[in-house]
Amino acid sequence: MAKKVLIVDDELNITISVEFLMRREGFDVSVAKDGEEGLSMIRSWMPDLVLLDVMMPKMDGFEVCRTVRADASLADVRIVMLTAKGREAEVEKGLSLGADAYIPKPFSTSELVSRVKSLLETGT
Amino acid sequence: MNEGIGHCPIDARLQHMLSEPLVITVSFLYLGLLFAIAYWADRRADSGRSVIANPTVYALSLAVYCTAWTYYGSVGRAAATGIGFLPIYLGPTLAATLWVFLLRKMVRISKSQRITSIADFVSSRYGKSHLLGGLVTIIAVVGVLPYIALQLKAISSSFSILIHYPEVMLPGSAITLPVWQDTAFYIALLLAAFTILFGTRHLDASERHEGMVAAIAFESIVKLMALTAVGLFTTFWLYDGFGDVVYHAQQAGHLKTRLIPEGSANTWFSFSLLSALAVVLLPRQFQVAVVENSGENQLRRAIWLFPLYLLLINLFVLPIALAGQLQFAGIGVDADTYVLTLPIAHQQQWLALFSYLGGLSAATGMVIVETIALSTMVCNDLVMPGLLRRWRYQAASMDISRTLLLIRRGAIFVVLMLGYSYFRLAGEAYALVAIGLISFTAVAQFAPVMIGGLYWRGGTRSGALAALSAGFLVWIYTLLLPSFAKSGWLARDFLDLGPFGITLLKPQALFGLEGLDEISHCLFWSLTFNIGAYLIVSSMRLPNADETTQATRFVDAMKHSRPIAASLWRGSAQVADLINLTARFLGEDRARESFTDYFSNERNLDDDAELPADAETVEFAETLLAGAIGSASARVMVASVVQEEPLGLDEVMDILDEASQIRAYSYELEKKSRELEAATAELKAANIKLLELDHLKDDFMSSVTHELRTPLTSIRAFSEILRDDPKIDLAERKRFLGIIVEETERLTRLVNQVLDLAKIESGHAVWTSSEVDLVEVIRHAIDTSGQLILDRGGKLHHRIAVESALVWADRDRLMQVMLNLLSNAAKFMAKEAGRVDIELRQEPALYRVMVQDNGAGIPREQQTIIFEKFRQGSTNSAHPMGTGLGLPISREIIEHFGGRLTVKSTPGKGAIFSFELPCATCGAANPSEKTGQEA
Amino acid sequence: MRRSKLMRQRLVAVFLIGMLLLFSPLIALPDQPQLLFGLPVLYLYLFGVWMLLIAAMAWVVRGGDE
Repeated sequence: MAKKVLIVDDELNITISVEFLMRREGFDVSVAKDGEEGLSMIRSWMPDLVLLDVMMPKMDGFEVCRTVRADASLADVRIVMLTAKGREAEVEKGLSLGADAYIPKPFSTSELVSRVKSLLETGT
Repeated sequence: MNEGIGHCPIDARLQHMLSEPLVITVSFLYLGLLFAIAYWADRRADSGRSVIANPTVYALSLAVYCTAWTYYGSVGRAAATGIGFLPIYLGPTLAATLWVFLLRKMVRISKSQRITSIADFVSSRYGKSHLLGGLVTIIAVVGVLPYIALQLKAISSSFSILIHYPEVMLPGSAITLPVWQDTAFYIALLLAAFTILFGTRHLDASERHEGMVAAIAFESIVKLMALTAVGLFTTFWLYDGFGDVVYHAQQAGHLKTRLIPEGSANTWFSFSLLSALAVVLLPRQFQVAVVENSGENQLRRAIWLFPLYLLLINLFVLPIALAGQLQFAGIGVDADTYVLTLPIAHQQQWLALFSYLGGLSAATGMVIVETIALSTMVCNDLVMPGLLRRWRYQAASMDISRTLLLIRRGAIFVVLMLGYSYFRLAGEAYALVAIGLISFTAVAQFAPVMIGGLYWRGGTRSGALAALSAGFLVWIYTLLLPSFAKSGWLARDFLDLGPFGITLLKPQALFGLEGLDEISHCLFWSLTFNIGAYLIVSSMRLPNADETTQATRFVDAMKHSRPIAASLWRGSAQVADLINLTARFLGEDRARESFTDYFSNERNLDDDAELPADAETVEFAETLLAGAIGSASARVMVASVVQEEPLGLDEVMDILDEASQIRAYSYELEKKSRELEAATAELKAANIKLLELDHLKDDFMSSVTHELRTPLTSIRAFSEILRDDPKIDLAERKRFLGIIVEETERLTRLVNQVLDLAKIESGHAVWTSSEVDLVEVIRHAIDTSGQLILDRGGKLHHRIAVESALVWADRDRLMQVMLNLLSNAAKFMAKEAGRVDIELRQEPALYRVMVQDNGAGIPREQQTIIFEKFRQGSTNSAHPMGTGLGLPISREIIEHFGGRLTVKSTPGKGAIFSFELPCATCGAANPSEKTGQEA
Repeated sequence: MRRSKLMRQRLVAVFLIGMLLLFSPLIALPDQPQLLFGLPVLYLYLFGVWMLLIAAMAWVVRGGDE
């Protein structure tokens, strides 16, 4: 059974590109347009991995990450933060909130794909 | 009637109203009144409404200078020497002009050092020496005690004259009454009681004796009124004014042709000098002028009011003297009694009684103050040193404060009794009669060490001791012993021929100096030896550490309000020890209270007896004690509980040099530091502002990076996908390339707008300003972007109510605003049946343009946010693809041309963006005003 | 500060004037046997100078009691 990947981002063009990349790797992909929608889909759809943007309307990525990590039933969900805010402090913040990886935008597609694959296969 | 005066025959039995019991009763009533006044003033002082804080009261209390010797004696001197009585008052008048220097400095020093007597002052100045204090006390007692006796004699003789009313009968030369029948004895006892009651209320002698001072001021009024009353009676009742008295005197040959006798210029000057010194240096004068002073500013009124008092009290002296000589011609009536005998001779019994009271007030005032001053000196400078020596071997009882009070009260009693005894012994002797000036000359010996000590740092303890001893010995030899000889107590030979027949050593023609009166002679020689010894002995060595410390405190007293010399101490002590020590002398309560006050008011510390004391605290304790037992004893006592490390002279000099340099720079520093503070405050404000700006810039940069990275992310992702995956079908490939182009355009737009906004905000934007027709701009904008709305399935309506609408603006910028508003409207209008309305309206003095859409509208809380940078409204799911800079830029543009850009929206019913611009042709707003606003 | 300095300066001037009028050879000038307004000239002179000195001092320190 294909692994489930959820993309949460408010930038339409970015979701199109990431969706394309994930599908090409054979994952089952869903898209959410903001933090709230993303969180509810995490709960209902139970993805294996979430690609989470930070700057989003309604609920930002940090908040979504915190909420997911506070919920024991979602402990297996891998979280990869994607953001255009590349400062050190924000990388720290994302990781300390329990994100499994933090990838700054603009990212290299091959790197994104390999990080996602390795997280889903080995858990690291 | 055998001694009755000729031209007014009267019946003694009818007129004999001033009986002895009546005069005694009146005397005691008068003293009772003094008690009442003193009591009242003390009560007022306790409730904080001091009477003596009044500078007039201070000036009146200085008039204790005018004793019975003035009251009765001036007339006597006038009768004998013409205007010879005047130098005694002209000297102090001239000296008063210098009080703002001398007396003010003495007051300042005495207050800060808690100096309580002239002996303490001298002792403190030369390193707090017991020996020096003792010497000054001895000189004062020897010099002044006979002066007290003279006052008692005046009371006694005026009493005996008055009770013989209406006869003018002078008291016999010998005092025949036994002590227990002598009124003077009872008066002396009563004065002792008064002095003890009002002079030793507090142990701390540096505290003011408010009641005593108030009583003295009252006495000054009484004696002035009494003498004036007698003067008015004599001049205007017995005669027809001044001129008439003088006329009669001239006729009778009593008026001296020359008022100043030949060759008496020396006397004139030396008496003035003597009085000028005595008016501050006499123990009682130092007491009222310095110790009892309650504020330096009182001096300013005193320096003219006190001389005025002296003038008034002397105004009638000459007429009374001349009238007395006329009235009592040929009868042996002592001129010293004219003030009393003139009213008696003319049967003015009430005036005579009043005159007697005036004399009584002059005498009692002097006795009271002099006794307080002398007893303080005797207690602190003679008795205390002895006690301290005894306590070194034998521990004193814990609370010495009561012992101290007893000593001081005992001293008062002893001083008065000694005065009385001297009066009984000396009687009519010359030694008593001439004592006024003899006393003045004795205390004049203090002048070199006092005045020198105020201005010269080089004076030493040995110099001062030598000066006082030399002056005092010369005084004894040239003035005191001769007065004894003239009284018949010594063989006259030594006076007339010189000791052992050595003419050169004749006491009143020392080293052959003749032609001076005895006072001038003594003054000259004693001051010569005094000053000579002071200068020579002081020059034999440098002042030591203690002397230098005190010299600085005295000489620099006016330079700094806080004593700097507190730093001239090194050692260790416990606050608890100091408190216990002072408690033994001042009593537990007062000591604790003083220290608590000191810690909380002066040092802003909690009272903590556990602390080790610093130099300033030790200094405070010593000063506190000095007020009670004198500075020399206080030094000894404090040293007993303190481990003191003696400072060497070099160290003291170093500290003083440093201190004076610090003083010199401190003003400069204060000024600099004020300027620095101001500059710092400005810098702080600027820094805060910069930080804010920095923060804003950071936010801006962060937003810009975010906005740049977002399109870049898409571009890079799709580019990589297209590069890495050649198998993508054509339609997909085309779509991805379309996205790349779109994002690139977005990126370009963003970069342009960021630069644009930066230019506008920094004021570097280039604006052209001309008359622009809004109608034309709107039509052009519709032509350009109307298609966009149609493409998205919307409809565009416009309502333009005017032919043309001229405004002052930059056409291209206005176009930018219109296009921005239209593209926003196109983005946000309803998906189905979208509609955009444009309206141009004329309002008073301005044009309004409104762009309305029928989209979702903007929530209230976002209506201001949308005008901020990078804060585009994000209500609908379709991402607007905006840069978040369009509206902020549009607002900047409209505001630049003096208008406003606003939004009105009800969520669900679309939004109306509207801007207004001043009408260029309406006259209400002209272009220059607008350019003014942009500046 | 400057005002009180001026005050002191004036008081010194009053002192010097007093010295001149009372303790210099000038004092011999009014010591005449004649009378002026029925009074000895020196007597009038001394009390006059005295009064003037007091008035001058009062003027110099005027308004300075507080």
